[in-house]
Parts: sequence; C-alpha cells; structure tokens
Amino acid sequence: MMHYDVICIGGGPAGLAAALSAKENGAEKVCIIERDLELGGILQQCIHNGFGLHTFKEDLTGPEYAQRFIEKVKETDIEIKTDTMVLEIGKDRSVYILNPNEGYQKLSANAIVLTMGCRERTRGALAIPGTRPAGVMTAGTAQRLVNIEGYMVGKKVVILGSGDIGLIMARRMTLEGAKVLAVAELMPYSSGLTRNIVQCLDDYQIPLLLQHTVTNIYGKNRVESVDISEVNDKFESIPGTEKNFECDTLLLSVGLLPEIELPFAADIVMDKRTRGPRVNESMETSIPGIFACGNIAHVHDLVDFVTIESQKAGNFAAEFAKGNLQAGNGICSLAGEGISYIVPQEIRANNCKKDLELYFRVNRVFDNVKIVLRIDDRIIKEIKKRHLAPGEMESIKVKAELLLNAESLKLEIVNN
Amino acid sequence: MNKCKKYDVIIVGAGVSGTAIASAMAPYNLSLCVIEKTNDISNGASKANSGIVHAGYDAKPDTLMSRFNVRGNAMYPGLCERLDVPFKLIGSYVVAFNSKELKILQELKERGEKNGVPDLKILNADEVHSNEPKLNPEIIGALYAPTAGVVSPYELSIAFMEHAMDNGAELSLENPVTDINRSDNGFIVKTKNDTFEAKILINAAGAYADKIHNMVMEPSFTLFARRGEYFLLDKYAGHSVDHVIFQCPSELGKGVLIAPTAHENIIVGPNAEDVDDPEAVETTQNGLNEVWGSALRTLPNLPKEQVITTFSGMRAEPSTGDFIIRDYDEAPGFIDVAGIKSPGLSAAPAIAEYVSDLVKKHIHLVEKDNYKPERRKIIRFHTLTHEDKAKLVKNDPLYGRIICRCEGVTEAEIVDCIHRNAGAHTLDAVKRRTRSGGGRCQGGFCGPRIIDILSRELNIAKETICKDSSASRIILGETKGEGKQ
Repeated sequence: MMHYDVICIGGGPAGLAAALSAKENGAEKVCIIERDLELGGILQQCIHNGFGLHTFKEDLTGPEYAQRFIEKVKETDIEIKTDTMVLEIGKDRSVYILNPNEGYQKLSANAIVLTMGCRERTRGALAIPGTRPAGVMTAGTAQRLVNIEGYMVGKKVVILGSGDIGLIMARRMTLEGAKVLAVAELMPYSSGLTRNIVQCLDDYQIPLLLQHTVTNIYGKNRVESVDISEVNDKFESIPGTEKNFECDTLLLSVGLLPEIELPFAADIVMDKRTRGPRVNESMETSIPGIFACGNIAHVHDLVDFVTIESQKAGNFAAEFAKGNLQAGNGICSLAGEGISYIVPQEIRANNCKKDLELYFRVNRVFDNVKIVLRIDDRIIKEIKKRHLAPGEMESIKVKAELLLNAESLKLEIVNN
Repeated sequence: MNKCKKYDVIIVGAGVSGTAIASAMAPYNLSLCVIEKTNDISNGASKANSGIVHAGYDAKPDTLMSRFNVRGNAMYPGLCERLDVPFKLIGSYVVAFNSKELKILQELKERGEKNGVPDLKILNADEVHSNEPKLNPEIIGALYAPTAGVVSPYELSIAFMEHAMDNGAELSLENPVTDINRSDNGFIVKTKNDTFEAKILINAAGAYADKIHNMVMEPSFTLFARRGEYFLLDKYAGHSVDHVIFQCPSELGKGVLIAPTAHENIIVGPNAEDVDDPEAVETTQNGLNEVWGSALRTLPNLPKEQVITTFSGMRAEPSTGDFIIRDYDEAPGFIDVAGIKSPGLSAAPAIAEYVSDLVKKHIHLVEKDNYKPERRKIIRFHTLTHEDKAKLVKNDPLYGRIICRCEGVTEAEIVDCIHRNAGAHTLDAVKRRTRSGGGRCQGGFCGPRIIDILSRELNIAKETICKDSSASRIILGETKGEGKQ
C-alpha cells in the first residue's frame, strides 16, 4: 500500500494550491488525485478572463491561471494521478482509488485535503414544472460542451439565475451566434459579480429580469418555449404575470453546492449553511487530519481566494502530517444578525500563529451598515460598508493574540 | 411494399405488460416480435410510476386486479433474482390518523385476507413510531403488509425484453401500428415501417390499447388518461422512511405515498388528475404543490432541499373499472391486455403467466432445448467488495473509469448496457439501465461523457445523440471555432 504525507483529492485550483503549499511546508510525499484527464478542474473550461487579479496582479483566463500552478507542480516531485476517481475515504485516512491503468487501490496518508470543488444545482432541485425535453441544462455543462468540445447547445437561449457562470454563458452563447433572450433572477439582486453583469449582459443588451423565475417549460422533444413570471417577496410566482419566451434552450445558473459525496459517506460533520464540511482555523474537518478547502468548504466568487484558502489548508495539512497541529476543541464562530455563514466555523486559538481571516457572506442586501466583530461580547472591530450583498464574499481579519483565551466570537451586521 | 414479416406471436407495446409476456413466452419454440412505437422499452406508464409491488389488499375481491396482484406479488422475489432486477421486499404501511381511518384499515385487512394476502397486521401507534420514527406523531396506527416491495419498473421491463431476446424474440422500435386486418392465418399488422403477419396478436399498447382493440374488433371499452406527479429525493434522504408509507384512502382520494425506491432514493407521489392527452406527461405547479402538501401530513420534516427531480406518469384507466385481459371467440388469436392501471406493475408477472396460458389455447407450444432462464448478470460496480472491484478492473480497464460520479457507474457498465439485447441508444436509455445521470447532479457531469461513449460505441455522430425521443437532440451543431481536434 502506497503511503503519502498529504493526499489532495481533486486537481483543480484548490488541490493544486494545497499540494504546492504542503510541499513547500515540509510534506515530503504529496499526491494529487484528479478524476479528469488533465489537472486544472473547472478552470479549464473557463476560457474568459478575469482570473488572477489578486494572486498575480494580472488578468488571466481560467486555463492560464491553472497552468501557472500546474507548471509549478510539475517542477516538484508531487505525484499526479489523473483519470482517477476516489471512491471512498476512511477515518484512518485511507483513500480508495480507481483508474483504468492501476486499477483499484488503497492508499494511505498522514493528512488528506478534500479539494473536490462544487457542482451545480439542477432543474430537478428547483422542481420547475413542465415537460422534460432536451435543451435544459446547467450553465456549466453547456460551458463544457461549448468551450471544451466545440459544440453549440442552443440557438435561442433563456438563462435562469444570474450566478457568474450564467452571466459568462450569456456572453459566450451570444459570441457564438446564439440569441440570448433574457436572464431571469429570482432575487431582487444578482448573485453574480457586478463586473460580469456589466460585461456579459449590459454590453450585449441582454435583459436581466430581477424577481422573475421560469414557471413552465414547454416542448416534447426539444425545448420550444418557457414561461417567465414575476415573483413576490416570498419568491412565489404571481399568477397572470407569466410571459412566454420562444427558445430552444434553458440554461440554469441557480447555485453551486459543495461536492460532498466522500465526506458525507465518511460521516464528516456538515454545515447546514455552506452545505460543505465544517472546518476549523486550520481548514480541518471533524475528522482529525482530513482538511477541506476551496469550493467544497464554501462556494467562492473568485479563484484567487480559493488559492489563498487552499495554501493555508495545505500548510496545515503538512503541519498535521509532521505532528505539529494541536488537537482539541475550539470556540465556534457565531453568525449573528445579517450573516449567512462564517468560515472557519470553529477556532482553536493555539493553532493561530498568524492573524486569522474569517470569510463570510451576508444573508441579504444591506446599505450603509457596519460589520461588527465581537470577542467575548467586546467589540473588537467595526467596518463601515456602503453596500453588502450575498453575491460577494467578505472577509475580516482577527489578530491572533485576541483569540487567545477567547470564549466566544460573533460577527453581525449593525445599522450605521 | 416491404416483404411481410411472419411471426407466431406479435405483441404490440414494450411496456411492462408486453415485455413480461414476451419473457413468459421465452421457454417455447415460437417466433415472437414486440412492436413498440417509441424508441425504447418501458417508455410509457411503465417508466413513470411509484415502483411499488403492492401486497394486494387494495383491489376488490374477485377482480382480475386482485387476482393478478396477489399472484404477481408472490412471483416477484424469484423473478427479480432470475432476471437480476433491483427489488426490495420492504413491506408497506397504510397509516391512520383517527378512529374512522382505523376502521378503514380493518376493512382493508379483511379485504386483503379475502384476496389471499398473507400476514397482514394492524400495528398500534407505538409499533408504528418505533419502526418509523420520522412519521407524523399524530398517526395512531397502521396496516402492515410485509409482502409489499419496491422494484425498479423500467429495469424490470428492460430485463423482460432482454431475456426474451436472449431466447430469440425480436424487437421493433419506433414502429407504430397504423392498421390491423384479419387474414386466413391470423392478423396482418401494418406499421410505420413494415407489414407483419401473426397467428397470435397481443394488445399491450398501454394508453393506446383501446385504439388497437378497435382496429381488430368492435369497441368494447375506452381508456382515460390519468396523470400522477412525483418527486424523487436524493439518497441523502434515504432513511426518511424504511417502508412504503401509504395514506389511508378516503373520500378525498387515495392520498400520496412516501417510499424508498429500489435504489434507495425516496419517492413521493402521486396525485391523480384526469387529462385528455395521454402524452401530456408534464408536471404542473399545482400538481406538485398538491403532492408535497399532502406528503407533509405523513412526514412533516420531508426534506425539500433533497429533491433531485420531478416527473409525471400516465395511467390508462379503463371504463370497465378492472383490467381487461381476455381473448375473444369472435377474433380467435387476439388477446387484450388493456386498462393496466395500478396495480399493473405488481400484476405483470401473473398477467404474463395467464396470457401465455391463453396463447396455449390457440397454438401448440413446445419447450425449447436451449432455453436460458436467467438473464446475464449485470455488474453493478459500486455494490461490489474491494476485492471484487480490484479483480474486475484488472480484467477490463473500463471498469477503472467512473463516468457517473453520483451513482458510481463505470464506463464498462455503460458500454455493456449499449451492447446488450434491447440496448441503450440515448442518454435517458443509458440512465434507465445503469443509473448514470439519475443521481443528484442529474447528468450535469456525466452527460457530455455519455454522449462521447454512445457516439463511439454506436459509431454515430455526437450531434445525432438524443436525450430521449429521436427528436430530442442535445447538440445543435458546432461552434464557430476552426481547427478543432
């Protein structure tokens, strides 16, 4: 049985950064396991630009951003297993893998980093009524077919959901000669980045219909049309407001969910809000030595922040592999008024050698408010914000020394 | 004019009834063809239903429904073992919320006993809640039927057809019947593509069985389309219930059921709505709301966030109120298998047994020397032990590549389902046979990969691969880019 110091499951941006960081921080035998034929993950199909503005101060495409890390990995002796699926992980940090060349094998590791990313919510999850024709697919599946395989998936397109992939695909389909009729968004605001709304919709005069949703799908074989209706404050469609759009394709960009098959089967504790594993200050899950970072821990807006988080997780995985991480329970980070979730969910101060970055999202749109951080009911930090929206991940830094002996930590949004 | 194709037996319709009959005829030396109007097995009512093998207390005594349900139920365990079809004998509860409903349970129990259903038992509140702790605490009792089970209905139909074909039967897909005439030897069946002649003609045409009947003889029944809508939940919701949970039938209707499926998802439904068009298998907001609202009464914490898909299915409700399974003196050799509403799935094996007896009245059946009673086992990779997985990949590297991550389906399983008898040609056909695309991501990940595999294995262009019907293309052409790989 092959043994590694650190195994990263998933060779996208999170796995690449975590593996490199583990290696740089003293893990000797590091392995990346990737189910696709190439490293890079979803970045390989994101051929638009806008990646790396934070990490490299450059405007890169997805494949370019991935390539920078892939090349760095290839300069090391990090082992890469592509075309390989992990079927099971154990509490003892065993990893069962499967690929056509080496067959079915059991590996073991001192530390595992879960870097499987996320998947898209589907039509079924929304229970959109209507027929079940061809031509309804997630924006990411369409993106793969168009950008990787070179096939057009539609000529007249409606997009439900204004998540970033939906916005990007509105522009992509337009550039490929399709007509994008509208982007419908359930919420009164887009969950996508502002720059994507401007560059992908406004620049092509594609209407964004806020507080609207698709309420019916027609067509026996291929999509023939969809109804779009207004919704009320409870997100219920308002009868009589439906408008029919003739189209052959409905793309869905209605949210991303952490890819949790493996941790779920291993009984790792999940967070109801992030729907990924709960993690502590080291990005360690409820099973010691199993870490999680990137979109499996919580869905990020920008790959740059996936990279930063995964470098941290890789570092702590290496420390764990060397026996340098303190075990035990910590305090919970409490999501107060206006906060949807905070990552990490648990903090053990004795492992916080550096300042701790808390990542969080608000649960609705706020204007002119402040973010308030309390430790033991004492206000530690207040940050004034002119605008906050769930679509943009926020962060706040806490000094390591303030965490020592802390009994509680709470984040909330307070009116100015 | 094409040459007339001659068979001893022609079955119209490749749903569960038609394919079950084809399978029941497999031991005999005869020529048989199943003619189906769509492009796959089990494409009508047989693919979209609750997948319940009922115990048999629902139907009134002395009906064909009660007789074939109870007999069919008893045949299921052995049948599914022999044909390698997912089936679980999990038992069912009919739950009662008040003393009036308790009384109905008692009536159901007595009726079931009259029908010959074994081991029925009324459970008290404690027994119900200790076995099914998530049920509504207001439930005060249940009728327990240990012989109820769950089956994968489309896999059963596919298995029936494959088994029949392994033993020499033929299948003609996308070939709707357009006209039927009598001949000296039996029946001339005209279809879209061919002309067939058969000594025995079996009408198992589902929602269209009245139309087929009327091509042969005077109308004697009509069928009404009754639609039922369903939710399917992720395996993460798997242990919401461990038995099939029915609501007590009342003046408001039969109520909805909540049950584990043969693949350990949770199914919730159906409602019942009469519609004009048997093809109108869309879901509706009102229908889905009705189903979910009703199900919450049984299971107040039913997890909505675990819904992975919704669908609706169509039942053929006969004007006679009972199955119509019979031959006719005025049309010797013609057999109706019509109006097969619930419990048609449960009854299918027994119906097939009975119909093969009817066939024996008309032609002399001789047993084959080389009859294969079992279907070649299907390898379901994710169910194997570590050792067996390792062994399998060594022999065939395609078992080493997972295509559907949600259901853990390997490339070898998909290739196998394409090349078996009654094999898959579309994404949905692959899904029905292997589960690939039937999990929580609903084909988002494996869809493009299965298009590649279908294209490679069937040697057809990717653009021509369909989701389901032969007009349901997924790819509409190439992108603008040149110099593609």
